[in-house]
Amino acid sequence: MRSKVNITEEKLSELKAAMEIHKKEPGPLMPTLHAAQKIFGCIPLPIQKIISNELDVSIARINGVVTFYGHFSVEPKGKNIVSVCLGTACYVKGSQGILDAFSHDLNVKVGDTTDDGMFTLEATRCIGACGLAPIFTVNEEVFANGSVQLVKKVVQKLKS
Amino acid sequence: MLDRMHILICGGTECKETNSLKIRDKFNTELERLNLGKDIKTILTGCFGLCALGPHVVIYPGETLYSGVKLEDVTEIVEQHIANGKPVERLLYKGDFNRKKFRNRSELTFFARQKRIALRNCGVINPLEITEYIARQGYEALGTVLKTMTPLQVIEEVKKSGLRGRGGGGFPTGVKWEFANRQISDQKYVICNADEGDPGAFMDRAVLEGDPHSVLEAMAICGYAIGANTGYIYIRAEYPVAVERLQLAIGHAEALGLLGDNIFDSGFNFKIELRLGAGAFVCGEETALIASIEGERGMPRNKPPFPAVKGLFGKPTNVNNVETFANVPVIFLKGADWFKSIGTEKSSGTKVFALGGKIANTGLLEIPMGTTLREVIYEIGGGIPNKREFKAVQTGGPSGGCITAASLDTPIDFDNLIALGSMMGSGGMIIMDEDNCMVDVARFYLEFTVDESCGKCTPCREGTKRMLDILNRICDGQGTMEDLDVLERLGNMIKDSSLCGLGQTAPNPVLSTLKHFRKEYEAHVIDKVCPAGVCKNLTTYVVTDECIGCTKCAKNCPVGAIEGTVKGKHYIHPEQCIKCGACKTACPVNAISTKPENWEGV
Repeated sequence: MRSKVNITEEKLSELKAAMEIHKKEPGPLMPTLHAAQKIFGCIPLPIQKIISNELDVSIARINGVVTFYGHFSVEPKGKNIVSVCLGTACYVKGSQGILDAFSHDLNVKVGDTTDDGMFTLEATRCIGACGLAPIFTVNEEVFANGSVQLVKKVVQKLKS
Repeated sequence: MLDRMHILICGGTECKETNSLKIRDKFNTELERLNLGKDIKTILTGCFGLCALGPHVVIYPGETLYSGVKLEDVTEIVEQHIANGKPVERLLYKGDFNRKKFRNRSELTFFARQKRIALRNCGVINPLEITEYIARQGYEALGTVLKTMTPLQVIEEVKKSGLRGRGGGGFPTGVKWEFANRQISDQKYVICNADEGDPGAFMDRAVLEGDPHSVLEAMAICGYAIGANTGYIYIRAEYPVAVERLQLAIGHAEALGLLGDNIFDSGFNFKIELRLGAGAFVCGEETALIASIEGERGMPRNKPPFPAVKGLFGKPTNVNNVETFANVPVIFLKGADWFKSIGTEKSSGTKVFALGGKIANTGLLEIPMGTTLREVIYEIGGGIPNKREFKAVQTGGPSGGCITAASLDTPIDFDNLIALGSMMGSGGMIIMDEDNCMVDVARFYLEFTVDESCGKCTPCREGTKRMLDILNRICDGQGTMEDLDVLERLGNMIKDSSLCGLGQTAPNPVLSTLKHFRKEYEAHVIDKVCPAGVCKNLTTYVVTDECIGCTKCAKNCPVGAIEGTVKGKHYIHPEQCIKCGACKTACPVNAISTKPENWEGV
């Protein structure tokens, strides 16, 4: 089962406060969406509706913008987010193999979340740490000089 | 009070990820413990450049460079070097070039061959302190400009310097400023394009993290020159450290009156705001970037009208890249003639490159234009590691192409790289060796552009997808010779008919590899073999006569497909082999080959 988005009053008022600030600036939609993504972890339809009302922008346009950018998501992500860098420097040093290993070991397709909502596997764009290639991150932690062996170790640790 | 000694710790993203924050804290506690905290200062700087060997620590005076410093080494450095003045030999940076230990930073070939203009303060100052920037002549250029020059004189000076856009296009910066200056409007904007999206490139991140004020100062100079009072920095959300430091820097500059209203009592007002990108590569294109700030899908539009005429919110706008801006204050401090004297006739100044891939010294370097690729790769970069043979260097990211060994003596500048079928791009430089399959590399870049194509124009949206289908077929062993001709035809068509720079350059990686490595494509198509051993369906591993019988490959094979005796030549059973490549990685003498017999290419 996917974990559901938790829309609490507290989080809603946080979003409203952010919108109050951004409304006064030119081009308020992007900063507002960044805030929403940060507060809720994703921007599902109910949130888009709220933003639409508040900023007076059609929901179709908001949906278009949300789905255009890779940074925004409509569905909640897993509890643990595994991102494998597929920048060129990492790729030529074998990061595709690392991504495949995660996909196999976590039993999840790239870009998807496991059924139990525990893991999201992402292929990420270059994060600019090319000197440590190939690299991947689990939540905030960075693993440098990655290898299939390291993947096995990390997965084991995450699952336990 | 003047500090007796300074300990500089690299706080660039990569060193931070390998613990440099904790190392700084440990230095501080150790200094306190020995009662040295008062007259010795620890400073977290921007990126030093030698990223693969971090975290780095430099100690002044003496400029002693320690690399790969671990938490447990800190006590030894403090007790031996700081307290007793004896450098810790064990931790000194060891050069790959002649196995000598290097005591100080400027002695290193990696640093000695560089000329740092855009990176002048990176790794030298504490980017969190505006006073350190000011001590290095920071904001002096802005003062001179506001007090002694007219906007037209400013533009004239930038034009004279010959500075060209460092984001990849190479358009003369002064001319761009002049266009924006000529427009008559109640409101104009300056935008700094910090949406550094090329995979394998991190030059702009280093500047923003290591020297954020140089960009702010240059944006204010630009604002004065074109008549704008507001600037936006459009930065990738993937660079949290840079975002944080920029925000801090803007606050500091405002507090000292270096940004805001009536700067230097000149009557000139300028404010800067940050806008975060949201993970769309196409937003590096200026019209798409502008659409994104306005809150739209980041899709490019037709030019003209150029942003200088009709840009952000419909007003005249000047967009420059981070590195371009970082060069600007120096032009006013040292003069356009000085700047013009560096580099080549048509490309003056320097260029920052992010060197990555199969190279000994991965990292960031800034070299005068006109330096040859060979010098960069073999002298500054330290050559190819693991006794592998150089195959190609890729510049310009997904928009660029591959350059082969035959062209390594070409001096690097905007025009020469284009003549070679590649381009300068924003500065990513990826080195590939014999283990990289060029068909696979082309496919990798195309996968990237297919993913990042915004979908607005048909040639880019549909064309790149069809090219990718063909490349996938070739890598799977299903390709035909006709496919190669179709690739070429389709590629040239997409180049000619796409709307923006993304589509117009997307076929470059395919076209340039087709031109320089046609044999490798033919091996995939005709012989059904991938000589580099990357495309799994087309790979067979064999042990060559170089084998010394060390048994390492057999021990590392996960499926037990290798047999052989100590000191005897080993054998791989092809029917058992799962083509994981573990044997090839394990072999100390490079005796496991995927190349077909009589293969003449690299």
